[in-house]
Amino acid sequence: MTVSGVQSIDYVAITPPLVVALAGLAVLVLDTFLGTQRKQVTGWVTLAGLAAATATLLPLTDHSRRTFCVPGEGLALPSCSYVVDSLTLAFQVLVLLGALVVVLLSIDTVTEARLPAGEYYFLLLMSVAGALTLAAARDVLTLVVALEVVSLPAFALVALPRYDGRASEAALKLFLVSVVSTAVTLFGLSLVYGVTGAVHLDRIATALGDPATRSSALVLGVGLAIAGFAFKVAAVPFHFWAPDTYEGAPVPVAAYLSVVSKAAGFVGLAVLLTQGFAPYADVWAPVIAVLAALSMTVGNLVALRQRQAVRLLAWSSIAQSGYMLVPLGAAGKGDVAAVLPATVAYVLAYAVMNLGAFAVVTLVGRHRPANRLEDYRGLGRTEPLSAFALAFALACLAGLPPGLLGLFAKVVVFQAPVSQGTGWLAIVMAVNVVIGLYYYLSWAASLYVRSPLGGPAGAESASRPPSYRISWSDGLAIGITLGAALWLSVVPRMVLDALG
Amino acid sequence: MTGALIPLLLGIPLAGSVALLLAPPRLGDRVAVRLGVVTTGVTALLACWVVAVEPSTDVAWVPSLGLRLHLGVDGISSPLVLLTAGLTLLCTVYSLKVLPEAGRPRGLIGLLLLLEVGMLGTFVALDLLLFFVFFEVVLVPMWFVIAQWGDTSDAVARVRAANTFILYTLLGSAVMLLGILLVGFKAGTFDIEALTERGGGGLSHGVQVLAFAALALGFAVKTPMWPLHSWLPDAHTAAPTVGSVLLAGVLLKMGTYGLIRIAVPLVPDGARTLAPWLGAFAVVGILYGALACLVQRDLKRLIAFSSVGHMGFVLLGIATLTPVGLNGALFANVAHGLITGLLFFLAGAIKDRHHTALLDELGGGLYERLPRLGGLLAFAAIASLGLPGLAGFWGEMLTLLGAFDPAAGLDRGYYLVLMALAGIGVVLTTTYLVVLLRRVAQGTTSERWREAVLMRDATPLELAVWSPVVLLVVTLGLWPALLLDVTEPVVRRMIGA
Repeated sequence: MTVSGVQSIDYVAITPPLVVALAGLAVLVLDTFLGTQRKQVTGWVTLAGLAAATATLLPLTDHSRRTFCVPGEGLALPSCSYVVDSLTLAFQVLVLLGALVVVLLSIDTVTEARLPAGEYYFLLLMSVAGALTLAAARDVLTLVVALEVVSLPAFALVALPRYDGRASEAALKLFLVSVVSTAVTLFGLSLVYGVTGAVHLDRIATALGDPATRSSALVLGVGLAIAGFAFKVAAVPFHFWAPDTYEGAPVPVAAYLSVVSKAAGFVGLAVLLTQGFAPYADVWAPVIAVLAALSMTVGNLVALRQRQAVRLLAWSSIAQSGYMLVPLGAAGKGDVAAVLPATVAYVLAYAVMNLGAFAVVTLVGRHRPANRLEDYRGLGRTEPLSAFALAFALACLAGLPPGLLGLFAKVVVFQAPVSQGTGWLAIVMAVNVVIGLYYYLSWAASLYVRSPLGGPAGAESASRPPSYRISWSDGLAIGITLGAALWLSVVPRMVLDALG
Repeated sequence: MTGALIPLLLGIPLAGSVALLLAPPRLGDRVAVRLGVVTTGVTALLACWVVAVEPSTDVAWVPSLGLRLHLGVDGISSPLVLLTAGLTLLCTVYSLKVLPEAGRPRGLIGLLLLLEVGMLGTFVALDLLLFFVFFEVVLVPMWFVIAQWGDTSDAVARVRAANTFILYTLLGSAVMLLGILLVGFKAGTFDIEALTERGGGGLSHGVQVLAFAALALGFAVKTPMWPLHSWLPDAHTAAPTVGSVLLAGVLLKMGTYGLIRIAVPLVPDGARTLAPWLGAFAVVGILYGALACLVQRDLKRLIAFSSVGHMGFVLLGIATLTPVGLNGALFANVAHGLITGLLFFLAGAIKDRHHTALLDELGGGLYERLPRLGGLLAFAAIASLGLPGLAGFWGEMLTLLGAFDPAAGLDRGYYLVLMALAGIGVVLTTTYLVVLLRRVAQGTTSERWREAVLMRDATPLELAVWSPVVLLVVTLGLWPALLLDVTEPVVRRMIGA
């Protein structure tokens, strides 16, 4: 791979993040030349950039590619920092399509909330570029840098509504928790690096695999390294930022944080654990299992008490993180690589269903800024399609038919603890699924409740609330997510077999 | 060609349901109900065809989970398929004239069709995960039926009843899903036929006991088995007539069907270990249901509690693990579906006319006031108490016979005690039903209802809906072999006796 010390770079492999980053710069520059009336153009350029980046994934599908490699010593294979395999591709598709939906939802938000369009889309695209890189990163340095590239623009995105004190508070919370957890992660990784002398995941795995090197420093390092990622995926006890940040941020940004940025965190965590730290599965799996159980239980129990839509989704997404962690938590007693597809499948399914819920919540939030659950009462009458989209997304999140996508994803997740012998985790998850069902379903049911409790049926038909005017971008976002959720419920193969 | 029959059987009500639920409001209610009648009618005809040719479908659906679209019918499922299709048809026909008090019959019929999809699907699914999916499909429509079309006098109570129903069932389902996954992942397949053939082979005793406990718990909530029954009376009291009929007539059977189809044959070792417990709970249910009936003040609630008792007999039959007991359970299943379906139709008709179902307010004199309704109520009550010559008799008798001689490995003395206690239950059942007739049907009409001269006795349409049920109850009572010949060979093959 190296010719006289100069690395040859496979530019095809790194096109997607490059295209997104360039599109971000283009948007920033373009914005300064646009009059205030034509700021919408930036949104379209952003969409085009994301679509172009998605198109550049196509040539990568035929075989896996590796670049930024370091030659191995002796018979060892070269180790690469940037690898495009089926795992990378699955997450890059998720990140790009998820970002596409977020941008669609943002188009009206940016105008209505008078956010600076150029900065908004620039920051969003930069974060997306980081997420794309994170999915392909296979050494700890790239992982951490990419993780920070995802996070840093996110702080600014949350803080963009400058006139809104809640947004600033939200950004500050996000920033503080993020910085602390990244510091802890760096400390852990430096311990690992100090002992093994390697940064590439495959080399770390080889070094850790030698029983002679097993030391308490390494155990500590592995444990601490998890923290930064646990923050990113909002696992309990690193979750405190999530509800306030989601509520304070513009709703599309909350959707971005809960789907795209969370998925990026998951791919980083999954790669780090199953590829780099695989020999230490007996150390990290119990930790992850506890995190999973805590996240599910705390997330679901608190979600029960929520009265505001975005906060409810925030707590529910904490609980959902718990489900996604379950396969990793069950890895300790069996085959570490075997649990990866389950986590990947759940993250992909979660992205579709959660974006679906956020799309409708964004729409309702435009008309009812408080976005309380009461505002959804009777939505089924005024907005049958949007209400159906939300109800279906909630059924998927709950895992109850007709939301088969969520059910199948949960079955896949259950498979790991049941077959790997971590029965207690399966039972905790089963109980949590039932708790989750309660609040998802009562929300979904309230969409179709006709008369307020105790009131005579049909009495309010005179004061029928006006139906919303749905813009093309919102409509498209809801349509895409609903279509995807319906399609994947019938043909879940695409999500469940994402790793081939 | 026959491979498409069962998907069609599920697809037609599904299409009808989607059409009704998505139809624009300008579609008239009358047209909507007629569309429902046509859909359920076609489905019922198709069900007859399916039962006659017993086709099967087997297509891969989700390869990574090993989930197959494996559908088929045999002697155990076909009576229940016919029962489901028949009762749903009767419910839609009934809705032609008797519109729900809460209005909007379009939505109600749409949900009934969706219920039918779930119920039929449960009985024809031959893949564990597919079974689970269909098992869950009925929950959401049933919630809406109870919460939106239920008892119009008390909105809070009906929503609470609907919530209790769905929470109980979901809790049971989650446990059941664990059981299904345990069996599926340990055995490496979710195919019910393959697993039945294996008869628990390859599963250790511990796994089998755990799996049976989880599965049985899930099914017991649905059945319902004492002490997990407490959702049932509220749900029945609150549900509209057609909802009650389908709930008692079919939904409860999904629980016992699951026990017979899945829990007993797939993990027989676990079943043998836990069957005595199942039998004990069953007998407590029989006695408890009967005693509770004696003190009920509400007609619908009384019938609901009587269901707890009757399903106790079904459970006892299953707990014997003998062909006789299982056949008895299946017979009692169908008989209870017909008889209790009829009872709820009658209770609904009585409630519609009096706007109350409280026994004290109804007072006596139904024979005098509404002779046809009163006569039918007497017939249904007598059938329910198990009079020889009517359908209710054979199921209970076979069940007791099964308990007299339980499967090898079960403690006979213990089962004899269970049998004796269940026999006391029979006596108590007779008591409360006779007392019911004494209180409601006989005697003289109270002043309150004497004024209501315009109260109409059973209409021709009502009689048309009820008479097929009456006919079947008599036929099965006189000619039980009609059903037993169908179930017997399958039961023997399934438990390897």
